[in-house]
Amino acid sequence: MTGESLHLESVAGLVRGLAERRFSSEAVTRHFLDRIARLDARLNSIVTVTAETALDQAREADGRIARGQPRPLEGVPLLHKDIFCTQGVRTACGSRMLDNFVSPYDATVVSRLRAAGAVMLGKANMDEFAMGSSNETSFYGPVRNPWDTERVPGGSSGGSAAAVAARLTPAATGTDTGGSIRQPAALCGITGLKPTYGRVSRWGMIAFASSLDQAGPMAVSAEDCAHLLRAMAGFDERDSTSMNRPVPDYVAALEAPVDGLRVGLPREWFGEGLDAGVAEVVESAVAVLRELGAEVREVSLPHVGLSVPAYYVVAPAEASSNLARYDGVRFGYRCKDPRDLHDLYVRSRSEGFGAEVKRRILIGTYALSAGYYDAYYRKAQQIRRLIREDFLRAFETVDVLAGPTSPTPAFRIGERTRDPVSMYLSDVNTIAANLAGLPALSMPAGFTAGLPVGLQLVGRDFDEGRLLGVAHRFQQATDWHRRVPPGFE
Amino acid sequence: MSLSDEQVSAIAELARLSVPRDALRGLAQELSAILDFVAQMNAVDTSGVEPMAHPQDVPQRLRPDEVTETIDRARYQAVAPAVSHGLYLVPRVIE
Repeated sequence: MTGESLHLESVAGLVRGLAERRFSSEAVTRHFLDRIARLDARLNSIVTVTAETALDQAREADGRIARGQPRPLEGVPLLHKDIFCTQGVRTACGSRMLDNFVSPYDATVVSRLRAAGAVMLGKANMDEFAMGSSNETSFYGPVRNPWDTERVPGGSSGGSAAAVAARLTPAATGTDTGGSIRQPAALCGITGLKPTYGRVSRWGMIAFASSLDQAGPMAVSAEDCAHLLRAMAGFDERDSTSMNRPVPDYVAALEAPVDGLRVGLPREWFGEGLDAGVAEVVESAVAVLRELGAEVREVSLPHVGLSVPAYYVVAPAEASSNLARYDGVRFGYRCKDPRDLHDLYVRSRSEGFGAEVKRRILIGTYALSAGYYDAYYRKAQQIRRLIREDFLRAFETVDVLAGPTSPTPAFRIGERTRDPVSMYLSDVNTIAANLAGLPALSMPAGFTAGLPVGLQLVGRDFDEGRLLGVAHRFQQATDWHRRVPPGFE
Repeated sequence: MSLSDEQVSAIAELARLSVPRDALRGLAQELSAILDFVAQMNAVDTSGVEPMAHPQDVPQRLRPDEVTETIDRARYQAVAPAVSHGLYLVPRVIE
């Protein structure tokens, strides 16, 4: 691989090439920094470039490799979604509220990847406080989809997805509360995994809806995601919802055969609202799984249709509580010349938050207010249980579930901003896995009208290894994930 | 479900948010549309279903009540809008 095409190397390929000293981490890092400087003006996928830190970390990596002490991701550059606290680097979460916030500490995900030797290129753009499905709610402006810059990249991890798709970074971190890793991965033609709730620490990850938020890897391939997840996953005593379970070697698990795998297609994901082009692509992707030896059958998740309504109670309710901390006192935005304490709170919050964040805070406040708790939050938590039970019943007869990640390909910028409910329905197929706490992955399955389509796989609790293995086998038989958007080759 | 302008104002006050008078009607309509959508939940009888607080029904883990770290006040207050002598400053509360 020559210097000019280093951006087409996979994470696994970079790890190998660096270990064999075919190129240095400094050369790789400079290559990506140069691409970001030349190409990101078209996408707006990155809000902060940490070039100096990146080059320092790259030189340190080269030193370790020269001494024969490389760590698992030594010298591999990546981007962090700007929801992860990064010490000494602005962590704005897509919001004016945190535009001036330079984090005094690193998130666990950040320190774990750093401890594995990864190099931080910068911070990726995102929907404000991860509330959005199109990356249009960012204080730093919308991100554009590299496959068609008039279209959205999906959200909320839209900056991470667009940057990986355009090969401005080999990989990125993301977070997923209702589909925020998988939906942008699908719309940008990359691979992204939302782990089981509790698999990856939430410490230092700015909270949106604490019972749903999970961090995960985003990269070109499942193999690359496995390399990242191996470093990210694991128990963290600083996150009270972190699960204390051993972390399997996700890279080694990639080689598991698909032969005999039982794949369920939930009929509810193939109904009304599914774009015909997306349906066709998903059908041919399922045919590939069949050719690889999978047994495919139809299953039903009877309550899954209530996912989006239940989610738009649980997520805003938890958000309204989590975002109460932004009061203009200890950190973040403070309004000019407050008259009194009440004015300080109200104006700091009203000027610091954008429209979608305020909408969700209001819905959440209403749902939790006196007299409404049972009708909304409690009801939604009951429906969550029914949805999870649907999944558990399906997993008695199949090993994984498959279907379209998003019912449509990338939509136009501005197309859904006027109608919040139509925007919320972008995540109709992804939200259920968050409500049920299950791991789920999206991988490139083909194209419709020049736009990427994602296939979603959902697995049992802590079955990330199997999802990555199935995706890896699929990616050995297909090359959709290797397609690069025109203009970014 | 239709929220009145007064209801939206009351919710906004609870959330410490202000809504300009000319934006109230539009916001009330948007929030009402979201609540209508959410009301689809009522199609299912959930009586007797235990609300799900955690996917694996795991309770919150408790740690021993021991000091594990000390706060570096200067470092954490470096991001504060206004501090003096280690204290956070806000407008006068008691006249």
